[in-house]
This record gives sequence, structure tokens and C-alpha cells, in this order.
Amino acid sequence: MPAPLNLSRRGALGLAGGLILALGLPQRPARAQAMGGTQHARKVPAYLTIEPSGRITLKNPFAEGGQGIHTAVAQLVAEELDADLASFTVETAPAGADYQVLFNGTRRVTGGSFSIRHTYAHFRILGATARAMLLQAAAQRLAVPVASLSTEPGFVIHPGGRIPYGALAEAAAALPIPADAEPKAAGTGFRLIGKPAPRLDTRAKSTGQARYGIDMRVDGMLQAAILHAPRAGADPGEVLNDAALRAMPGVHSVHRLPGAVAVLADNFWRARKAVEAAQVAWTAVGGQAVVPEDFSSASMLETLRSQADAPGNPASDTQGDAPAILRVATKTITADYDAPYLAHAQLEPPSATVRFNADGTLDVWTPNQAPEQFRAIAAREASLAEDRIRIHTPLLGGFFGRHFTYGTIHPMNQAIRLARATNRPVKVIWTREEEFARDAYRPMGFARLRASLGPDGRIAALHATTPGEGPVAKHFGTARLGNPPLDTSAVEGVAFKPYAIPNRRIEWVHVPHPINVGFWRSVGHSMNDFFLEAFLDEVAEVAGQDPLAFRRAHLAHSPRHLALLDAVVDLAGGWRRGPFAAPDGTSRARGLAMASPFGTEVATIAEVSLRNGEVVVHDLFIAIDPGSIVNPAIIRAQVESAAAIGLSAACFEEMGFEDGRPIPRNFDTYRILSRAEMPKVHVRILESGAPMGGVGEPGTPGVPPAVANAIAALTGRRIRSLPFAKERIGAA
Amino acid sequence: MAEITVNGQARRVDVEGDTPLLWVLRDTLGLTGTKYGCGVAQCGACTVLVDGVATRSCQTPLDAIAGRAVTTIEAIEADPVGARLVAAWVALDVPQCGYCQSGQLMAATALLKETPKPDEAAIAAAMTNLCRCGTYNAIAAGIRQASEAA
Repeated sequence: MPAPLNLSRRGALGLAGGLILALGLPQRPARAQAMGGTQHARKVPAYLTIEPSGRITLKNPFAEGGQGIHTAVAQLVAEELDADLASFTVETAPAGADYQVLFNGTRRVTGGSFSIRHTYAHFRILGATARAMLLQAAAQRLAVPVASLSTEPGFVIHPGGRIPYGALAEAAAALPIPADAEPKAAGTGFRLIGKPAPRLDTRAKSTGQARYGIDMRVDGMLQAAILHAPRAGADPGEVLNDAALRAMPGVHSVHRLPGAVAVLADNFWRARKAVEAAQVAWTAVGGQAVVPEDFSSASMLETLRSQADAPGNPASDTQGDAPAILRVATKTITADYDAPYLAHAQLEPPSATVRFNADGTLDVWTPNQAPEQFRAIAAREASLAEDRIRIHTPLLGGFFGRHFTYGTIHPMNQAIRLARATNRPVKVIWTREEEFARDAYRPMGFARLRASLGPDGRIAALHATTPGEGPVAKHFGTARLGNPPLDTSAVEGVAFKPYAIPNRRIEWVHVPHPINVGFWRSVGHSMNDFFLEAFLDEVAEVAGQDPLAFRRAHLAHSPRHLALLDAVVDLAGGWRRGPFAAPDGTSRARGLAMASPFGTEVATIAEVSLRNGEVVVHDLFIAIDPGSIVNPAIIRAQVESAAAIGLSAACFEEMGFEDGRPIPRNFDTYRILSRAEMPKVHVRILESGAPMGGVGEPGTPGVPPAVANAIAALTGRRIRSLPFAKERIGAA
Repeated sequence: MAEITVNGQARRVDVEGDTPLLWVLRDTLGLTGTKYGCGVAQCGACTVLVDGVATRSCQTPLDAIAGRAVTTIEAIEADPVGARLVAAWVALDVPQCGYCQSGQLMAATALLKETPKPDEAAIAAAMTNLCRCGTYNAIAAGIRQASEAA
């Protein structure tokens, strides 16, 4: 079996030399937690290897794609193991039951801003258990009681000196795993948790040494370039110039795949040149995921709008009788909001490298957020049992929801077919053009919002309808949506807001998207909080109230949210809506928005001006309360990153469709935020002590409405349709 | 067969003359630190130095670099300016996903070699590479720190 060239340290099966803590006994299940669980927390051998040199390798259930999870997880383990953070090497764990650390120990994905908040206990118990084993091994070697020993980072300390962990690990691995090791008690000072520890992968990422899926190379592999059908659903009937393509330099073979043609060659550029020269007779559409010929994003928006008054299923936070109040109200405020389809536009295009091995196993290297789900799909595609398949999860060159499983039109499926057909290892890379044509897009969204005010100037009734479909309904099916069925990924951000509104009804009307849709940084929140928070400013204006005072009035019941508003106002140097003259001579205004995504609370203030008809965002002030934290430096970076993508979407991004086909196919026509539009981002972290929330996504949803509200304050113009850049806002 | 100079070494490559330098580096020479992001010179992930000039290698055919010196991220620390930038990147934890950072660092190296003390406008003019993680402010801070360390 040819050895992979680019694996960082080990053969494909891993676990060659230097191993330690590798034998273990079955453990007693620990007490379950609601979303996370600690069932696997004492499975030390599955997670940790301490080499004689003291180097610690940690298998992380989660994928690292820029969110800092490899560092944050190592911080938790290192805190309890009492080890230097810098001694850790972290890699994503393979598919397997031991790594199912979410949903009561039954599943694992990297997403939902789940990772730290649901594994905080798991990783601390893991570290504490490993430390107890090292202490026990030292006690046996020295023939002293464990109680006479202690640790300092990387060493067991005894009255006569100290022993490095690396010298104890082999003996520790032979010990039974203790079932009673507990993490440090609450109130104990932490050495690492809560500290801005440096990230473990920065140097590799700053010297070109970090390896991503697209960098994979195995001996004897062919490279494949793909041309998908112009419209999803068509299959290649015939490649008319097949012989000419096969005669091109380096070309190995030409293949018809479901929905695509592939050319295999000895390098990628040769494969790409050939596949782009392919003359393909596409068959009439049929099979899965057929996009109608007359589908367009403009027609889809009208389809959603046509359902805006249809009866829908109510969200669980319904109370009172909003429709009845609105029917008799003397004055109602109604507005329609919409947001377009979006690409993920992660900078690393998708790829997959696969190799069938002589022993009947299959190795797969592909960017993914869900190894077990990818393994299940690979098993079906390859007609192999799951235990014959190894899923390797490399560093992700960005993900933002792109790398879940969204069907079988995927480089992994294509590579498996091509490797089977050629009896060679195969790497498939999608060009940027193919990626933008077959992404699982952030859904287009629409909402009709209706409100009335009470005699106290507060909202008496809010009735919103969100026709559409989120990735939850699309990919998990309506049977999984509860009773009455509700796609939370379609309503979150319009529903589940903290404001005290006595009569409230948020409805979802299921209108399927004919194109593939997927999760995207903060998913429904990325548009729905824009709809609701911008509308809230509209209602405040009708009420004759300042947007900050109006929100405060609806949050009087919640000290946590009032504190958050105080924090963001303080961070911004006080609240002033404007317009006001800035020192640089521009006329500026500020907008405010709040969001409650993924268990975290966020308040955002944007300060804007106008230049040549486009909005200029100068500053974003963001206060975030995730309850409690692990690494404030990573949180600040994540909030800034999430804000950037939110601003990018608000200002520029739009994946349009005409005649069933996506129009933007590269970054020349799909504009994302560049340096020129990047504002200063000011972040303040609050730790209210509430249950820990997520941090990867929550910075996103507040930005579009904060900017829209600032534009309205500056120009009087209310933008209800994203992105802003599709029309000139005005000259100010 | 063409002969090119990459990171100070003469390399013979046997691919068509219209092959983009990006794929020569990645596939023929195995230098995968230079990244493919768009192929149309928009994103800048493929930026390398050609005779010291920041160049989008995805739009630079092999034929165009005969007799010229190519420097990639793999050799960045051999250059004192590049080494200062890497040190600043590490000190400030600039990267997030990291995929664009090879190109960002090569563009920054070219900038500081031309303009050792760049102001904000010079940074904006030189640093046109895209970053989907939004690390633009951190990158600018890294450039400032490296320029002050000179």
C-alpha cells in the first residue's frame, strides 16, 4: 500500500510508536448533560498520547477552521492535566463512538457554536483523569502515597524532585482508568482557563506549513477537475469530444458522473484545461435536486412574498393573541423585509482525496464538519462497511457551515467513483466556479412584520410571518420539526427575542427552495435579526422614541440585557443616534441592534457615513455576553471575524439565479468585504455567569441591522432588502 | 521543459508553458504553501514574489517567469523583512483559518521592502488580498509591528 506523502507524522492508521496512555479499560458512564454529556470524558486513551519527549497529542472531536477550537480545547485539558499549552499538538479525531461528545454523547458536529459550551466539563474531566493516572504511576514508582505528590506543568512533583510526564506515561497507560477524578472545584484559580493563551497553529499558518485538504497528496494519485451541469439535476449523456480530451497532455481519462463530467490527469491544471474544453450533451433533467428551468432568485422572492399572509405554524414563544389585537388596532405598522441567497465563499475550494487500500479499507481526506456523517455517505458510495473507512479531517480553510453533508454532489462522492473506476488514488478539486455553482447556499429569507403600539408607547402586538425554508427542514425533513412543525433555522432571530411583548406570534410557512441550501454563519439569525431589529427601529420611530430607550423599555425585566446595553453604550463612548458631524468632516449616525444567538447575548452599535452613494462603516462596537469564557483573545478574534462576514453580507453579497443557473461564479461578480471596507471593531466581553453560550457565530447577526438602523438615522431612508450595495443609498 | 528559479534554487519543470505558476508550484514542485482560491487574480491567496514584486501566481504563466526569481511563503523567513512579518504574525495571532495568510504575508513582504514605514493609505493600496475570516485589522497591525521592528 503506497504511503501518503503529506501526512504530518504518522501512517494512515496512526498510533505507531511513542504511545502511551493507549490501553484502557471500559469506563462507567458518567452523568449525562443535556446537550453535551460526559459519557466519553474518561476515555483517556482515545484522546491523549504523551510521548517520552513530553509532547502531548490531543485528538479533538472538532475541526479547526479558524475558530480556534484546537487551542481552546487544549486549554481545557491542559488546565486539568497541568501541562504546558505549548506542549500540545491537536488534530481532529477520526470518526468513532468515543468522539460523540454532543447530544448526550450520541453525535458530533463542528457547528452551532456548540463546541466549547457543551464540552467544557468533558475536557476538564479528561484532563483530570489523565493527571490522576500520571500521579498514580509516579506513586507506584516511588512507593509513596499519591497524597504526597503534586504536579506542576508537565511534571509530577515529589519531596525529592520531579518526574516529567513523558517518563511516566507508559506506566500510566497500563493502569486502570480512575472513575472518580474530578476537575478543579469551582472558585479555584485557573492557570489557563479565562486567559488569552496564544493559538497553537499560528506559526504553521504564517509560514505556509499548515496543511489543508487541498494540499493532500498520496503516492500514485490522479487529479480530477469537474464540470457540473449548467443546471442542477441534469446528467451528462455523452462527452462529444471524448477522444480529443483524452489526447490532451497528461490526461488519463474522461468520466461521466452524476450531474457532472470529470477529467483525470497527472496534474490539476491539465485536468482543468481538458474538462473546460469538454463538449457535453446534457440529458433532460431528472433525479435528485432538479432546479426548474424558470427558477430565478427574483421569482423566488415573489413566491415567498405571496405566502406572507398565509397561515403558518407558530414558534414556541407565542403568547397572547397578536392577530386579534392587530385587527382592532387603530394604527398598525407593517413592513416586508428580505435577504438573498449567499455563498459561503470560504477561501479554500472544496476537495477530496481518496485511496482504496489493498486491505479493503478506504482513506478519505476531505474538509468536513461531521466525520461520522461523511463516513456514512462514503460507505454508501463505496459499498463498504463503515468500519472499513477512515475519515481524515484536515485544517479547514474557512467553513462557516459549508462542510456539513448536503447531499451526494460532493468531491468525496466524485473521488470515490473515480478511484473505483481507475483503481488509483484520486484527488478532486472544485474550481471556484464549480464551488459557487454547487454550494449549499444560505437561504433567501423574507418576513412580513406587523406591530401595533399600546397606550404606554410600547409594542402591544407583534405578528410576523416568515415563509421559506431553512437547512433544518431542507436536510432533516419535516418529520423532525416537532409538532406543530417549526423550522427553527428559518425563524430564529425573528422569534426567540428577549423583548417583553404581551401579544406575539411568529409564524413559519414552509416554502421549499428548489436549490440546495445549507447552514451559514449564524444561519437564520444572519437575516432574521436584521428583519426584526430594523423593524423595531421603525416601530420606535412611529412611537416617537429613541431606539435605545425603546429597547430598554422592552427589556426592563432582564438585568442581563440592560447590562449588555449599558456595556455597548459605554464602549461606544455614549449613545448618540445622530446625524452628527465627525471630526473628519463627515456626517455620521449610529444604529443599534441586539441578538440572542446560540445561548449568547450580543448588542451592537454601528457608526456610519455615506460616500459616493455607498455606506461607509467606520466603527462597530460589540458587547458580547457568552455567560462565561475560556479564551478572551479567541473570542475577540471570533467576534471581529463574525462581524466582518455580517457586514460583508449586509453590504455586498448576493447569489442571484436566472434560468435555473447561479449567476456569480467567482469573486469578480460575488463581492465580499475587502480591506477597504473593514471598520474598526471594538469588542467588550461580559461574563454574566449565565450558562455558557457559543462565540463563533453570535457576532454576525447584529451587524446588518445596526448598520441599516444607522443608515436610517443618517438619511431617513429605511432599507428593507439586502444587500445595501444593490442600490445607491443617497448622496450625503 | 523549462528551467525556473524558486526560492534560490534552479528547478526544471516539464509542463506546458501556459501552466500557471500557481500549479507549477503546488503540483510540480510540491510547494503547497501557495494557495488556490479563485484562479482569476481576485483573492490573492496565490501571491508570490517574482523578482521581489507581489504577483498573483494563478494568472502568471510559466513562460512569463523564465529567468526571473520566484519567492514563495516556504522561504519567507530567509528574508529579514519576511522574518519580521512572521514574528509579528505570531506575536499578534493574526491568522484565523490561515488559508489566505501565505498570500497576505507575501504581499506584506513586498510592501515593506518597497515602503519600510507604510502609512494606512500605503497599506490599503498594497494589501488587496481577500480574507473571509476578516483578519484585515490584525494584518494591518502585524504590518505596523513588523515595520516598527525594523
